[in-house]
Amino acid sequence: MLELRNISYTPDGVHMILKNVNLKISDRFVAVTGPNGSGKSTLAKIIAGIIAPTSGQILLDGVDITDMSVTERAKNGISFAFQQPVRFKGITVKRLITLAAGREISFAEICSYLSEVGLCAKDYVDREVDASLSGGELKRIEIAMINARGTKLSVFDEPEAGIDLWSFNNLIKVFRNMYERTKGTIIIISHQERILDIADKIIVIDGGEVANYADKDDIFQHLINVRSTCRKASGEVTVNG
Amino acid sequence: MDNIQKELLRQVADIHEVPEGAYSLRINGKLHGKNSTENIQIVTKEDKPGIDIYIKAGTKNESVHIPVLLSQTGIKELVYNDFHVGEDCDIVIVAGCGIHNGGSGDSEHSGIHSFYLAKNAKLKYIEKHYGAGDGNGKNVMNPTTYVELAENAYMEMETAQIKGVDSTDRTTRAVLAENAVLKVSEKIMTHGEQYAKTTFEVDLNGENCGTHVISRSVACDNSKQLFVSLINGNNVCSGHTECDAIIMDNARVEAVPKISANHAEASLIHEAAIGKIAGEQLVKLMSLGLTEKEAEEEIVGGFLK
Repeated sequence: MLELRNISYTPDGVHMILKNVNLKISDRFVAVTGPNGSGKSTLAKIIAGIIAPTSGQILLDGVDITDMSVTERAKNGISFAFQQPVRFKGITVKRLITLAAGREISFAEICSYLSEVGLCAKDYVDREVDASLSGGELKRIEIAMINARGTKLSVFDEPEAGIDLWSFNNLIKVFRNMYERTKGTIIIISHQERILDIADKIIVIDGGEVANYADKDDIFQHLINVRSTCRKASGEVTVNG
Repeated sequence: MDNIQKELLRQVADIHEVPEGAYSLRINGKLHGKNSTENIQIVTKEDKPGIDIYIKAGTKNESVHIPVLLSQTGIKELVYNDFHVGEDCDIVIVAGCGIHNGGSGDSEHSGIHSFYLAKNAKLKYIEKHYGAGDGNGKNVMNPTTYVELAENAYMEMETAQIKGVDSTDRTTRAVLAENAVLKVSEKIMTHGEQYAKTTFEVDLNGENCGTHVISRSVACDNSKQLFVSLINGNNVCSGHTECDAIIMDNARVEAVPKISANHAEASLIHEAAIGKIAGEQLVKLMSLGLTEKEAEEEIVGGFLK
């Protein structure tokens, strides 16, 4: 279980990006959503250890990991998929997936991770993870790395960003498979209704605070009510409509 | 050969013993051995130190090894090696210099290599420089490469200097005829107080000839690097030069590119980038469980691979 206790983040001492966030995440598949700039990505980076919170505590399975480095958290079972995957001159897809697995792995195993995200292994294993790869290809490799790690907590920061519609359908399949195959917790930051739809629970972040954390169906009902209220307020529908 | 010399040989030529086929092995300023084959003649120069290598027209799938090893401190030598590659050849030449300096005198090897490729000849030239030893004396290597490519000739040149060379001043000059192609890939890493200067000067004289020069380097500690390139487009031609450097610690890197188009249909590009390792690259690898140091080594290793 991942627990965030009173997490706040004020990078410049003035503007609070996150305000006193308290969360206990024990469900298998949790989606984090909310408006742009609400603090979702910051929250993900704080979980991965990339950003240190100004105050508060983070616990993973009861162990305080607040002061752990990115490396230590990775070794303790946290994986993080970047919203904008990083490019490396000279490092191949094979090497990155091997590093992610943390051991020497067979071509067949690399092949299975790449096939899972819709990439043909023989075309990609020896490719360098550099500017020759498209944004969509990089996103898929990023997800393949998380699969290769197979940790107890995987955090994805907007995996759908930069992915075309055809790939997006496959992406949903990838997460469904991941959900069925892994025993760990998956946290996905997303704006996409179809991704939210496969989650067990949804966390809504707004203005740096947890606005809602409930079962998917309750959140969806709430969002529909909000939408309906907005449309009424803007005069799009009549009161009777 | 003793064990130090064998290790130097392994580092610069990836071999453990005297190579098979055509070779010339020079140890501590003297010719240690050489071998010619039916198609490749290696002849010792009489007027100055060095060798002439004559490769018969049409020779394919053969290689020549010409390693130089210095394991005594204080040796300074200047060697001239001329390669005459016949028409329609397709061969590989592996050169390299390994210095193990355990004493206080400076060890210095300056090799002047000239390549004359006839029409349609194809050559891959691999050159590695390596230094070792815990003495106070410096390891100095100053290679000069001169390349003449005739019509349709093709040459790939891979050079690497990854470790232990205190000072180097490398110069490569090339002249290309019609449809000739020259590809150069250089890898350099400097540590401590080392200094490395590389100069490329390519004259694209023939119609539709082209060159692609890529230099990747890493400068650590207090080391200094200077990259100078000059491509002259004198005909319908294409030229691309790229200097990509990672800078660390208190190192200094300078890139001086110059492209000069003397023909309206010369297409020349220069790219130069110098910067430290991107923080996001380190973080990404750390998020896979690597320590910061391991991540740094992985990035540098990949970059110079």
